[in-house]
Parts: sequence; C-alpha cells; structure tokens
Amino acid sequence: MTNGTNPSDAPGTETSVTGQEQPADTSAAGGTPTAGGTPAAGGTPAANSVLRDIMSGSWLVSVLSVVVALALGGVLIAAADPDVQATLGYFFARPGDFFIVAWQTVSEAYMALLRGSIFDWEARSLVRAVRPFTESLVAATPLILAGLGIALGFRSGLFNIGGQGQVVLGAMFAGYFGYALGLPPVIHFLFALVMAAVGGAIWAGIAGVLKARTGANEVIVTIMLNSIAGYLLSYLLTQSWFKATSSANPASRTIFDTAALPPLLPDPFRLHLGFVVAILATLFVWWLLERSTLGFEFRAVGENPDAARTAGISVSRVTILVMIIAGALAGLGGAAQVLGTEGKLTGGVAGTIGFDAITVALLGRSRPLGTFLAGLLFGAFKAGGYLMQSQTGTPIDIVLVVQSIIVLLIAAPPLVRTIFRLPTPAKKVAA
Amino acid sequence: MSTVAPDRTPQPRDPSSGPGGAAAPAAAPVKQRAWKYPVVYSVLALASLLVFGLLAGGGKQTTFTFASRNDFFTIPPLPVPSKATCVALGLVLVVLAAVSIWATFTRRRLGVWFPLLFGIVFVFAFLTWSAAGAGRMPVTALLAGALALSVPLIFGAMCGLVGERSGIINIAIEGQLLAGAFLAAVVASALQNPYAGLFAAPIAGALVAVVLTFFAVRYWVDQIIIGVVLNVLVVGVTSFLFSTVLTQDPATWNARQQLPNLPIPLLSDIPVIGPVLFNQNILVYLMYVVVVALQIFIFRSKWGLRMRAIGEHPKAADTVGINVNRNRVLNTLLAGAIAGLGGAFFTIGSGLAFGKEMSAGQGYIALAAMILGKWNPMGALFAALLFGFSKNLANVLSAIGTPVPSQLLLMLPYVVTVLAVAGFVGRVRAPAAEGKPYISQ
Repeated sequence: MTNGTNPSDAPGTETSVTGQEQPADTSAAGGTPTAGGTPAAGGTPAANSVLRDIMSGSWLVSVLSVVVALALGGVLIAAADPDVQATLGYFFARPGDFFIVAWQTVSEAYMALLRGSIFDWEARSLVRAVRPFTESLVAATPLILAGLGIALGFRSGLFNIGGQGQVVLGAMFAGYFGYALGLPPVIHFLFALVMAAVGGAIWAGIAGVLKARTGANEVIVTIMLNSIAGYLLSYLLTQSWFKATSSANPASRTIFDTAALPPLLPDPFRLHLGFVVAILATLFVWWLLERSTLGFEFRAVGENPDAARTAGISVSRVTILVMIIAGALAGLGGAAQVLGTEGKLTGGVAGTIGFDAITVALLGRSRPLGTFLAGLLFGAFKAGGYLMQSQTGTPIDIVLVVQSIIVLLIAAPPLVRTIFRLPTPAKKVAA
Repeated sequence: MSTVAPDRTPQPRDPSSGPGGAAAPAAAPVKQRAWKYPVVYSVLALASLLVFGLLAGGGKQTTFTFASRNDFFTIPPLPVPSKATCVALGLVLVVLAAVSIWATFTRRRLGVWFPLLFGIVFVFAFLTWSAAGAGRMPVTALLAGALALSVPLIFGAMCGLVGERSGIINIAIEGQLLAGAFLAAVVASALQNPYAGLFAAPIAGALVAVVLTFFAVRYWVDQIIIGVVLNVLVVGVTSFLFSTVLTQDPATWNARQQLPNLPIPLLSDIPVIGPVLFNQNILVYLMYVVVVALQIFIFRSKWGLRMRAIGEHPKAADTVGINVNRNRVLNTLLAGAIAGLGGAFFTIGSGLAFGKEMSAGQGYIALAAMILGKWNPMGALFAALLFGFSKNLANVLSAIGTPVPSQLLLMLPYVVTVLAVAGFVGRVRAPAAEGKPYISQ
C-alpha cells in the first residue's frame, strides 16, 4: 500500500485515486519539494499559470471523463440500434443516413436521460416537469451516504469494498426497528436511523477489527461480508417473525408511518428527509476530515501508516474507527432506502448501491463535497435511466457503462490528458 | 464452523501489508504446540456426535442412491438407519479428534489426508442427519453437480492465482467470467458451433485483462479499483447488448449451444466417481490440464520462477534482467484467457443461453478459493471444490426438503474464507509485491 518509495516519480503522484496521494494535482505541484525544486510552471506569468492550473486541474479531467464516457456510451447505443444497423447496410451509397440516424438515436436517448433526471420540458404540468429533479435527489441520497463512507475509508487508506453489505445491514436494522417497535412519531424514525447506522457499523466493524487485530486484508473480508449479508437478508426474509405473511414475494412487513422519513415536499414528490441527512452527513464528514483531530489521524494513517505510528497514532484504533464510521454512513444509506422510499425490506432493497457508492467516492476523489456532487450525478443517471428505458427503449444498463468508464478515466488523469492533448500539470516529469 | 475459534489468540503476525515484512522469515515458532486444530476438531466431533447423533430423533432412515445413467454396474440404493449411522460416524470423528490431540501432544505432523478424512466423515454424518426421513440423497448427482458448480470457480481461481503470483491483483475475475460466458454464447450461436465459442471465450477474458493491465501497468491506477470498476463495466456492456442485440434476434445471437460430453472409455465406467469425473465435456478436461500444468509450471519451470520473482520482489527480478512489466502483462493476459474459459462453462459448457449477470458473484468466490488455497493451484482446486460442493449441497438439501436453511449453507464458504483470511484456518500469505505497480528507476 505504501507507495512512499517513489515520491520522485511525478506521474505517480496523480495516478492513485485513493487517499494516499491526496493533494490534488495542482496543489501537489507547487508544494512538493521533491520535484526538482523548481516551482510550478517555472517562471511563466501568473495569468498563464492560472490558466495552466485550470487546464490541467483535476476538475477539468473529471468533466472531460464524463464527456468521453457519454461519447463511448453513445457509440454503444448507436451500434446496438437496429435502425442504425440498417443504414450501415447501404453506408457507402448514402453515408449521410448513417450519421443522421445514429445522431438521432443517441441524442434521443440522452435527451430522455436529461428529461428524466433534471427537467422534463415535455411534461404537461409544472409539477411533473420538476419532479424528475427531485427523483434524482431521491436516488442520490443513499449513494451519497454510502459514498461518503467509502470515501472516508479511501482517505484513511482502507479499501472498503463492503458498502453493499453495510447498506444491506443498515436496511435490515432500519426495517426491523421500523415495524417491530411502536414509538412516538419523531423519535421512531430517529431511532430507526440510529439503529441502521449501528447495523452498518457492526458489519464494517467486523472487517475493521479483523484488519486491526489479525492483519486480514479488508478487501477480501468486506467482499465476503457482502455475500454473507446478502444471504442473511434472504434467510431473514424466509423467517416468519420477519417477513410479511400475505406477500408472495419475500418482503418484510411494512414499516409504521411513524418510522417513515417525513417528506420534504407534498405528495407527487418523493423527496424525503433522508436528503437532509445526506447533506448533514456530508458536512459532518468534511468537519471530521478537515477540522477534527480524529480526522487528522485518519488522514495521517492514510498517507503513511508507518509515519503515523511513529508519531504516536494507534493505527489499529484508527482502522477500527474508520470502518465503524464508514459502516454507519453506509447503514444510513440503507435506511434511506427502507425508511424513505421503499417502506419495507425486500431482497433487492439495496440494489447495487454499495457498489455504485465505490464509483461515487472515486468520482468524488474521496472528498466530501466531491462525493456529494458525484452522488447527485449518479443519482441523476439512475433516475433518468428509467425514463430513457421506457421512452426510447435504450436499456438502463448503459448507465452502468457510462459510470464505469467515467471512473476508469478519472482514475488515470494522464490518459485523459493524452486524449485531449492537455498540458501535464506543472511539475518536473521524470523520465 | 461458526463455533468457537479457540480463544488462544493467533500469534501476532506481521500484517501482510507491511512493507517488506513478507520477505522476512516469519520466525516460525517451532517450540509451541499449536492447539488450535485439535480444539477445532474436537469441538466439531463432539458437536456432530451430539447434534447429528444422540440428540436427533430415532426411527428414521436415510437412503443414499448412487445411480447414474450409464453405469457399468449398478449400485443399489443404500438405506441406513439415520441415528445409528450418525452416532457411529460421530464416534469415528471423536477418535479422529483424539488422534489429532495425540499428534499435537507428541509433536507429530499429520498429513493432508487428515483434514480430508475428517471432512469427508463429517460431511457424511451431516448428510445422514439432514436427509433423515426426507427424500433420497443422490450421491452421484450431488458430486456431479458440485463439480459443475466448481468448474468456473476453478478456472477463476487459476486466473487470480497467475495474476497475483505475478503481482497483479485481479478483482475483475467476475467480469472476465461474465465476458467469457457472453462471447462464448454469442460466437457459438452465430457460428452454430459450440467449439467456436470455446475459442472466443478466452479472447473475451483476455480483453478484460488488457484493460486491467493497461491501467494498472501503464497508468499505475490502483488495481483493486480497476478490478471493481471493470466488473461494473462488463456487467453494463453485456447486459446492454443482451437487452438490445441478443433479445432482438435471439435465434442468431443467443441460441443455446452445448459442448457434447466426451466419456473417456473405461475410466467413465468406474462407479460413482467415473461418470462424475470422466464423462464430461472438453472444458472440464481442459480444467484438469490447466490445474496440473500450473501446479507443475509455477513451481518447476523458468516461467514459473520468473512469475514468482516478479510477484514477490520485482526489483530483484529486474536486477537479474527480467522485464517485470512485460511479464506481468503477459501473465495477466494468460490469466484472463483462463478465466474466460471458465466463463464459457456458464453458457456453452452447461448448454444455456446467455443471461444478464449470469456469473452472479462467482468471480468473487473464485478469489476466495484462491486465497483459501494459499495461492497454490492444487489448494485452490480443493477450495473451489469445497465451495462448489457446499453450494450444490444447499441446492440438493432444499430440493429434498430438509430442515437446514439453504441460505446458511450458502453462506458457509464466505464465512470460512473470512476465518481463513483472519488466520483462524491455516495461515495465508499473499505474494509480497501484489498490487504495487513496478516503476523502474
């Protein structure tokens, strides 16, 4: 994990997307004394330097990654479309047809994606036109919460692949305490939220404790715990004390109204208090990482565990705490699903939130605000994908393709720079 | 399994992530008697004697059947009294546990046969108990199904093993299996020849490996991240194409094709294991070849030595003139091809059409099998067989209607793996340099 042996290799400092080399490309360029001593953009005028910072900055890479991914997704959409394939049959006779049809197919799909996620300009009423945006926020809520947990792990040098299991456990706890207990209105959903966080924390804590005590690789343990959580859920859904008696599909009983997260907007909208929780969680993680002593320890361990240990930080304590907090956040993500949107526990309640959260955290570069924005983007993809699928017949799976390409490209900024012929960040590039 | 790990704490081991820690000889504590295993054996033996034998209700029968279609001679169904058999098997287990205590006391080492024997007896006790009074327990079908479920796991584990021995962590086995399954189905269907799919599958797996190594070796992106993302990418691409091209014209692109079974003369006539092992399609025979070849070549050839060198200490390998990154790339491509073959088993190997996400997490289990097998082909083979067996056991038991919840059985391999990684079951150590990009100075 420690890449500390090659600090002089400039490209290396920007390739890892984990927390280890966190300083963004631009700030690292100026601040790293190892890069030959020459300050950034040696001697160029300040304005030029600013431009260069923007051109080579990480946010531009992020935006361009999204563009490339959408373009590649478009190619796939066009390639799979029968009308486009038909025009290929006479491509050499009338090549224009091919480009027109391909353009129409792809733009239709992406327009539907946009209408389903931001603003539906074809809707009849204002409420229906605005609803897609709130749906994006609803879909983003669990992604942001779970993504924050993953990001926290990345910043502390832990690869928590177990978001899925933690989300499932959170959903399980939230669902159980949502219908099993009768509590007064506000207290009930607060209690269920807390228990969901506890559930996620327990699940992640297992991996944390094993890592701290026995050195067990957290990647493997969390992957295994994901599967165990899945089977645990499907086991519980066969148990009579857990599942709804009348339902044909395995599902738990419906939670009490008191446990449901209160809606933020009147009826046709589904936006619920969980989004506020996500905002609060983002602020909390920001405060934790950037302003608290504990967060400093987290980041120190993430940057260099050996140095942190030498400085008197207990690495095992940090490992366990990071996993517990990360699991609690992911558990809240599961609670947002059960208490906010679904109202009950089903086998597929967690969907692929836990895995999507990894890509969200990566896209957000493991920063709280970045993760929040990335969660919004992926939430928008998710919400828009449904409209796209129903209206244009483009399967929602294309969203997975676009998302994964985005993350792949973001993980390798030099590749994006090569594609767009962007300048490398101002630092001495080793041979 | 979930019972007690003996409360002796495992000896503090250098966490495998520690820099250079793996290179140091882990000061093997020879003097201390390791009481961990005898305790585990004793607990399991007593538990099976009590739960399966003495506490179970009497008066029931368990019927084992061994029939298969083309047996040389037929073994009649074997009914046994459940309780008595379980008690007898439980006593055998107690004796075996006593042997292990004795061996520990006298500092003798028990060979590999011991856990195998213990496991087989334990499984038989469990089978006898769980199928008591229920339907028949089809032993041959149980084993055949177990092997079938293990084949993709074994290929996947071999893929992970070759990659990690070379220093590339491959989380994308799942994606490679899925890609192999997809391309095998599509090509076999389009050319109406299952063997064409057999050639396409490794290409698909290797293509995923190309992306993996491109980002891992060229751009030094964290290998775990690429692996996770590649899995999503492959799911996305295959599901998208499935929902569009394959469903628009399934007759052309997704017709079922099956590799025919090629029974080996004589060997396939052996009762019980003959039809299980030697009446299979070419993919299964290929799997035998791959496992044996890897076992030999990784530890007995120049190629294997280089592979292990670049996985353990790339700098040293570089110093003696081995091109670390080129070897890593080539080995990972080979590994990808192996995983692709495993994926082919889902479609053309089983005579199924391609379905969305049909690899269903098997790649992750393959990863677990590799770890449980200690990065060793034979070990990974047995671990994968164990996983396949427990999964098929869950299927069979729920089919014949036993009280054991299948989900808990399905959970078992994962729990075992967690325990293994945490050091409760054997001791596992990953290649020292895995996951670290090699950057020559």
